[in-house]
Amino acid sequence: MRTVPVVRNILEANQRLAEENRKVFRDAGLFVINLMSGPGAGKTSLLERTIDGLRGQVRIGVIEGDIQSTYDADRISQKGAQVVQLNTGGACHLDGNMIKSALEPLDLERLDLLVVENVGNLVCPAEFNLGEDMKVMILSVAEGDDKPLKYPLMFQTSAVLLINKVDLLPYVDCDVKVMRERALQLNGDLTIFEVSCRTGQGLEAWFQWLREQVAMRKAKGDGAKA
Amino acid sequence: MHEMSIAQSLLNIILQEGATHQIRRVVSVALKVGELSSVVPESLRFCFELIAQGTIVEGAELQIERVPVTCRCEDCGTQFSVEHLLFVCPSCHSRRVEVLSGRELNIQSLEAE
Repeated sequence: MRTVPVVRNILEANQRLAEENRKVFRDAGLFVINLMSGPGAGKTSLLERTIDGLRGQVRIGVIEGDIQSTYDADRISQKGAQVVQLNTGGACHLDGNMIKSALEPLDLERLDLLVVENVGNLVCPAEFNLGEDMKVMILSVAEGDDKPLKYPLMFQTSAVLLINKVDLLPYVDCDVKVMRERALQLNGDLTIFEVSCRTGQGLEAWFQWLREQVAMRKAKGDGAKA
Repeated sequence: MHEMSIAQSLLNIILQEGATHQIRRVVSVALKVGELSSVVPESLRFCFELIAQGTIVEGAELQIERVPVTCRCEDCGTQFSVEHLLFVCPSCHSRRVEVLSGRELNIQSLEAE
Protein backbone atom coordinates (compact mmCIF):
# COMPACT_ATOMS: atom_id res chain seq x y z
CA MET A 1 0.00 0.00 0.00
CA ARG A 2 1.29 3.48 -0.83
CA THR A 3 0.04 7.04 -0.71
CA VAL A 4 -0.02 8.87 -4.02
CA PRO A 5 -0.29 12.65 -3.59
CA VAL A 6 -2.66 14.17 -6.13
CA VAL A 7 -3.46 17.78 -5.42
CA ARG A 8 -5.95 18.74 -8.13
CA ASN A 9 -9.20 20.64 -8.32
CA ILE A 10 -11.96 18.15 -9.09
CA LEU A 11 -13.58 20.63 -11.46
CA GLU A 12 -10.31 21.47 -13.25
CA ALA A 13 -11.60 20.17 -16.59
CA ASN A 14 -14.55 22.55 -16.38
CA GLN A 15 -12.27 25.41 -15.30
CA ARG A 16 -10.10 24.83 -18.35
CA LEU A 17 -13.09 24.95 -20.70
CA ALA A 18 -14.41 28.05 -18.94
CA GLU A 19 -11.05 29.77 -19.52
CA GLU A 20 -11.18 28.82 -23.21
CA ASN A 21 -14.66 30.35 -23.44
CA ARG A 22 -13.44 33.45 -21.62
CA LYS A 23 -10.70 33.93 -24.18
CA VAL A 24 -13.23 33.70 -27.04
CA PHE A 25 -15.47 36.27 -25.29
CA ARG A 26 -12.56 38.64 -24.65
CA ASP A 27 -11.35 38.41 -28.23
CA ALA A 28 -14.85 39.39 -29.38
CA GLY A 29 -15.00 42.29 -26.87
CA LEU A 30 -18.12 40.77 -25.31
CA PHE A 31 -19.46 41.37 -21.82
CA VAL A 32 -20.86 38.06 -20.58
CA ILE A 33 -23.18 37.35 -17.68
CA ASN A 34 -24.29 34.06 -16.19
CA LEU A 35 -27.91 34.65 -15.16
CA MET A 36 -29.09 32.38 -12.37
CA SER A 37 -32.17 31.99 -10.18
CA GLY A 38 -34.66 29.45 -8.95
CA PRO A 39 -37.39 28.36 -11.40
CA GLY A 40 -39.94 31.08 -12.09
CA ALA A 41 -38.06 34.00 -10.55
CA GLY A 42 -38.18 35.84 -13.88
CA LYS A 43 -34.97 35.21 -15.82
CA THR A 44 -36.65 35.07 -19.23
CA SER A 45 -38.98 37.97 -18.43
CA LEU A 46 -35.96 40.04 -17.40
CA LEU A 47 -34.27 39.19 -20.69
CA GLU A 48 -37.34 40.16 -22.73
CA ARG A 49 -37.51 43.50 -20.92
CA THR A 50 -33.77 44.03 -21.25
CA ILE A 51 -33.70 43.32 -24.98
CA ASP A 52 -36.53 45.85 -25.48
CA GLY A 53 -34.98 48.38 -23.11
CA LEU A 54 -31.56 48.32 -24.77
CA ARG A 55 -32.73 48.00 -28.37
CA GLY A 56 -30.53 50.06 -30.69
CA GLN A 57 -27.97 50.59 -27.88
CA VAL A 58 -26.63 47.19 -26.87
CA ARG A 59 -26.68 44.12 -29.13
CA ILE A 60 -27.71 41.19 -26.97
CA GLY A 61 -27.28 37.46 -27.57
CA VAL A 62 -28.73 34.76 -25.36
CA ILE A 63 -27.86 31.16 -24.58
CA GLU A 64 -30.95 29.56 -23.06
CA GLY A 65 -30.31 26.68 -20.70
CA ASP A 66 -33.24 24.44 -19.86
CA ILE A 67 -33.71 20.81 -19.00
CA GLN A 68 -36.33 20.46 -21.75
CA SER A 69 -38.21 22.51 -24.40
CA THR A 70 -37.46 25.46 -26.66
CA TYR A 71 -40.13 27.61 -25.01
CA ASP A 72 -37.70 30.20 -23.65
CA ALA A 73 -35.64 30.42 -26.83
CA ASP A 74 -38.86 31.02 -28.78
CA ARG A 75 -39.75 33.90 -26.44
CA ILE A 76 -36.30 35.47 -26.89
CA SER A 77 -36.31 34.89 -30.63
CA GLN A 78 -39.58 36.83 -30.93
CA LYS A 79 -37.73 39.81 -29.48
CA GLY A 80 -35.31 39.66 -32.41
CA ALA A 81 -32.19 38.68 -30.46
CA GLN A 82 -29.71 35.99 -31.44
CA VAL A 83 -30.51 32.95 -29.32
CA VAL A 84 -29.33 29.37 -28.88
CA GLN A 85 -31.32 26.82 -26.90
CA LEU A 86 -29.40 24.29 -24.82
CA ASN A 87 -31.32 21.32 -23.43
CA THR A 88 -29.42 19.61 -20.66
CA GLY A 89 -31.69 16.55 -20.77
CA GLY A 90 -31.96 16.36 -17.01
CA ALA A 91 -28.77 18.00 -15.78
CA CYS A 92 -29.42 20.69 -13.19
CA HIS A 93 -26.79 23.19 -14.36
CA LEU A 94 -24.79 24.36 -17.39
CA ASP A 95 -21.05 23.75 -17.62
CA GLY A 96 -18.16 25.11 -19.65
CA ASN A 97 -18.40 22.39 -22.27
CA MET A 98 -22.09 23.03 -22.99
CA ILE A 99 -21.38 26.74 -23.49
CA LYS A 100 -18.47 25.99 -25.80
CA SER A 101 -20.74 23.82 -27.96
CA ALA A 102 -23.45 26.50 -28.03
CA LEU A 103 -21.21 29.28 -29.35
CA GLU A 104 -20.90 28.14 -32.94
CA PRO A 105 -24.24 29.39 -34.31
CA LEU A 106 -23.77 32.79 -32.64
CA ASP A 107 -22.18 35.67 -34.52
CA LEU A 108 -20.19 37.03 -31.58
CA GLU A 109 -18.72 39.91 -33.57
CA ARG A 110 -22.24 41.32 -33.89
CA LEU A 111 -22.91 41.21 -30.17
CA ASP A 112 -22.01 43.47 -27.24
CA LEU A 113 -23.58 41.47 -24.44
CA LEU A 114 -24.04 37.72 -24.12
CA VAL A 115 -26.40 36.46 -21.43
CA VAL A 116 -26.31 32.80 -20.47
CA GLU A 117 -29.63 31.95 -18.87
CA ASN A 118 -28.79 29.05 -16.58
CA VAL A 119 -31.13 26.23 -15.58
CA GLY A 120 -33.59 27.37 -12.90
CA ASN A 121 -31.92 26.20 -9.70
CA LEU A 122 -30.51 28.08 -6.72
CA VAL A 123 -27.85 25.47 -5.89
CA CYS A 124 -25.89 23.71 -8.61
CA PRO A 125 -25.22 26.45 -11.21
CA ALA A 126 -23.21 28.45 -8.66
CA GLU A 127 -20.52 25.77 -8.60
CA PHE A 128 -19.68 25.76 -12.34
CA ASN A 129 -17.83 28.57 -14.11
CA LEU A 130 -18.79 29.10 -17.73
CA GLY A 131 -16.24 31.77 -18.65
CA GLU A 132 -18.54 34.65 -17.74
CA ASP A 133 -17.46 38.08 -16.51
CA MET A 134 -20.04 38.11 -13.74
CA LYS A 135 -22.71 36.01 -12.15
CA VAL A 136 -26.04 37.81 -11.88
CA MET A 137 -28.88 36.33 -9.87
CA ILE A 138 -32.58 37.02 -9.48
CA LEU A 139 -34.61 36.39 -6.36
CA SER A 140 -38.30 37.23 -6.47
CA VAL A 141 -40.15 38.53 -3.44
CA ALA A 142 -42.60 35.63 -3.78
CA GLU A 143 -39.77 33.21 -2.89
CA GLY A 144 -39.29 34.81 0.52
CA ASP A 145 -36.63 36.80 2.38
CA ASP A 146 -35.07 33.65 3.91
CA LYS A 147 -33.46 32.39 0.69
CA PRO A 148 -30.01 33.98 1.21
CA LEU A 149 -29.70 31.93 4.42
CA LYS A 150 -30.60 28.71 2.63
CA TYR A 151 -28.63 29.04 -0.61
CA PRO A 152 -25.50 30.93 0.46
CA LEU A 153 -23.12 29.98 -2.35
CA MET A 154 -25.16 31.63 -5.09
CA PHE A 155 -25.39 34.90 -3.16
CA GLN A 156 -21.72 34.67 -2.22
CA THR A 157 -20.52 34.25 -5.81
CA SER A 158 -22.87 36.70 -7.57
CA ALA A 159 -21.92 40.27 -8.41
CA VAL A 160 -25.51 41.46 -8.85
CA LEU A 161 -28.81 40.58 -7.21
CA LEU A 162 -32.06 41.61 -8.86
CA ILE A 163 -34.99 41.49 -6.45
CA ASN A 164 -37.89 40.89 -8.85
CA LYS A 165 -41.68 41.05 -8.63
CA VAL A 166 -41.66 43.98 -6.19
CA ASP A 167 -45.17 44.78 -7.48
CA LEU A 168 -46.30 41.71 -5.48
CA LEU A 169 -45.01 43.04 -2.16
CA PRO A 170 -48.48 43.95 -0.85
CA TYR A 171 -49.56 40.33 -1.29
CA VAL A 172 -46.60 38.32 0.02
CA ASP A 173 -44.86 37.94 3.38
CA CYS A 174 -41.50 39.25 2.31
CA ASP A 175 -39.49 42.04 3.90
CA VAL A 176 -37.18 43.47 1.24
CA LYS A 177 -35.07 45.19 3.87
CA VAL A 178 -34.44 41.83 5.57
CA MET A 179 -33.78 40.16 2.22
CA ARG A 180 -31.20 42.82 1.30
CA GLU A 181 -29.53 42.64 4.70
CA ARG A 182 -29.24 38.84 4.59
CA ALA A 183 -27.80 38.95 1.08
CA LEU A 184 -25.29 41.67 2.01
CA GLN A 185 -24.11 39.70 5.04
CA LEU A 186 -23.05 36.97 2.63
CA ASN A 187 -21.57 39.33 0.10
CA GLY A 188 -20.96 43.00 0.91
CA ASP A 189 -19.99 43.72 -2.72
CA LEU A 190 -23.42 42.79 -4.14
CA THR A 191 -25.01 45.40 -6.37
CA ILE A 192 -28.76 45.19 -5.74
CA PHE A 193 -31.62 46.32 -7.96
CA GLU A 194 -35.29 46.17 -6.95
CA VAL A 195 -37.39 45.62 -10.06
CA SER A 196 -40.65 44.40 -11.46
CA CYS A 197 -40.45 42.83 -14.91
CA ARG A 198 -44.25 43.01 -15.06
CA THR A 199 -44.64 46.75 -14.47
CA GLY A 200 -41.14 47.85 -15.50
CA GLN A 201 -40.44 49.43 -12.10
CA GLY A 202 -36.74 49.87 -11.34
CA LEU A 203 -35.52 48.45 -14.63
CA GLU A 204 -33.92 51.65 -15.93
CA ALA A 205 -31.21 51.43 -13.23
CA TRP A 206 -30.42 47.86 -14.35
CA PHE A 207 -30.28 48.94 -18.01
CA GLN A 208 -27.92 51.76 -17.11
CA TRP A 209 -25.66 49.39 -15.17
CA LEU A 210 -25.51 47.08 -18.20
CA ARG A 211 -24.71 49.99 -20.58
CA GLU A 212 -21.82 50.94 -18.30
CA GLN A 213 -20.46 47.38 -18.06
CA VAL A 214 -20.60 46.94 -21.83
CA ALA A 215 -18.86 50.30 -22.35
CA MET A 216 -16.15 49.34 -19.83
CA ARG A 217 -15.55 46.04 -21.62
CA LYS A 218 -15.20 47.86 -24.95
CA ALA A 219 -12.85 50.43 -23.41
CA LYS A 220 -10.59 47.72 -21.98
CA GLY A 221 -10.25 46.17 -25.42
CA ASP A 222 -9.36 42.62 -26.28
CA GLY A 223 -7.56 40.47 -23.77
CA ALA A 224 -8.14 42.91 -20.89
CA LYS A 225 -8.54 41.55 -17.41
CA ALA A 226 -11.90 41.81 -15.69
CA MET B 1 -28.08 17.26 -7.40
CA HIS B 2 -24.88 18.06 -9.33
CA GLU B 3 -22.90 15.49 -7.34
CA MET B 4 -23.01 13.08 -10.30
CA SER B 5 -21.05 15.53 -12.50
CA ILE B 6 -18.57 16.02 -9.69
CA ALA B 7 -18.25 12.27 -9.14
CA GLN B 8 -17.61 11.82 -12.88
CA SER B 9 -14.88 14.49 -12.88
CA LEU B 10 -13.33 12.91 -9.81
CA LEU B 11 -13.34 9.47 -11.41
CA ASN B 12 -11.67 10.86 -14.57
CA ILE B 13 -8.86 12.35 -12.49
CA ILE B 14 -8.35 9.13 -10.51
CA LEU B 15 -8.23 7.01 -13.67
CA GLN B 16 -5.65 9.39 -15.19
CA GLU B 17 -3.52 9.25 -12.05
CA GLY B 18 -4.00 5.49 -11.89
CA ALA B 19 -2.50 5.11 -15.35
CA THR B 20 0.37 7.52 -14.59
CA HIS B 21 1.31 5.80 -11.34
CA GLN B 22 0.54 2.24 -12.49
CA ILE B 23 -2.02 1.72 -9.75
CA ARG B 24 -3.79 -1.65 -9.62
CA ARG B 25 -6.35 -0.80 -6.99
CA VAL B 26 -7.35 2.33 -5.09
CA VAL B 27 -8.34 1.70 -1.48
CA SER B 28 -9.23 5.21 -0.42
CA VAL B 29 -9.39 8.74 -1.81
CA ALA B 30 -8.75 11.83 0.32
CA LEU B 31 -10.79 14.90 -0.64
CA LYS B 32 -11.09 18.43 0.68
CA VAL B 33 -14.54 19.96 0.35
CA GLY B 34 -15.11 23.52 1.54
CA GLU B 35 -18.06 24.28 3.82
CA LEU B 36 -19.24 26.87 1.30
CA SER B 37 -19.30 24.45 -1.61
CA SER B 38 -22.76 23.09 -2.27
CA VAL B 39 -21.66 19.46 -2.31
CA VAL B 40 -23.49 16.99 -0.09
CA PRO B 41 -20.90 14.39 1.00
CA GLU B 42 -23.46 11.56 1.23
CA SER B 43 -24.70 12.21 -2.31
CA LEU B 44 -21.16 12.39 -3.62
CA ARG B 45 -20.31 9.06 -1.96
CA PHE B 46 -23.44 7.46 -3.40
CA CYS B 47 -22.80 8.71 -6.95
CA PHE B 48 -19.14 7.83 -6.83
CA GLU B 49 -19.82 4.30 -5.62
CA LEU B 50 -22.14 3.77 -8.57
CA ILE B 51 -19.85 4.99 -11.32
CA ALA B 52 -16.68 3.49 -9.81
CA GLN B 53 -17.99 -0.04 -10.37
CA GLY B 54 -15.75 -2.05 -12.65
CA THR B 55 -12.81 0.36 -12.34
CA ILE B 56 -9.59 0.33 -10.25
CA VAL B 57 -11.38 2.50 -7.71
CA GLU B 58 -14.42 0.26 -7.16
CA GLY B 59 -15.23 -0.03 -3.47
CA ALA B 60 -12.73 2.68 -2.45
CA GLU B 61 -13.63 4.85 0.50
CA LEU B 62 -14.02 8.60 -0.01
CA GLN B 63 -12.45 10.38 2.96
CA ILE B 64 -13.98 13.83 2.88
CA GLU B 65 -12.43 16.57 4.97
CA ARG B 66 -14.61 19.65 5.29
CA VAL B 67 -12.71 22.95 5.15
CA PRO B 68 -14.09 25.82 7.25
CA VAL B 69 -14.84 29.18 5.65
CA THR B 70 -12.21 31.82 6.45
CA CYS B 71 -11.91 35.39 5.22
CA ARG B 72 -9.54 38.36 5.29
CA CYS B 73 -10.85 41.87 5.78
CA GLU B 74 -9.80 44.09 2.87
CA ASP B 75 -9.96 47.19 5.09
CA CYS B 76 -8.10 46.21 8.29
CA GLY B 77 -6.46 42.91 7.33
CA THR B 78 -8.03 40.81 10.10
CA GLN B 79 -8.35 37.11 9.27
CA PHE B 80 -11.41 35.40 10.68
CA SER B 81 -13.57 32.28 10.50
CA VAL B 82 -17.05 32.79 9.16
CA GLU B 83 -19.71 31.75 11.67
CA HIS B 84 -23.39 31.59 10.78
CA LEU B 85 -22.65 32.78 7.23
CA LEU B 86 -21.75 36.27 8.42
CA PHE B 87 -19.18 37.61 5.95
CA VAL B 88 -18.50 40.68 8.04
CA CYS B 89 -15.18 41.61 9.70
CA PRO B 90 -15.45 41.06 13.48
CA SER B 91 -12.88 43.82 14.15
CA CYS B 92 -13.99 46.76 12.00
CA HIS B 93 -17.38 45.46 10.76
CA SER B 94 -16.38 46.02 7.14
CA ARG B 95 -18.17 43.95 4.51
CA ARG B 96 -15.28 44.18 2.09
CA VAL B 97 -13.88 40.73 2.73
CA GLU B 98 -11.94 38.23 0.67
CA VAL B 99 -12.77 34.53 0.98
CA LEU B 100 -9.55 32.60 1.74
CA SER B 101 -10.94 29.11 2.19
CA GLY B 102 -14.21 27.23 2.12
CA ARG B 103 -14.74 26.84 -1.64
CA GLU B 104 -12.39 23.85 -2.03
CA LEU B 105 -13.36 20.90 -4.14
CA ASN B 106 -10.02 19.13 -4.30
CA ILE B 107 -8.59 15.67 -4.46
CA GLN B 108 -5.57 15.42 -2.16
CA SER B 109 -4.21 11.87 -2.35
CA LEU B 110 -4.92 8.23 -3.07
CA GLU B 111 -4.17 5.18 -0.96
CA ALA B 112 -3.32 2.60 -3.58
CA GLU B 113 -1.78 -0.75 -4.39
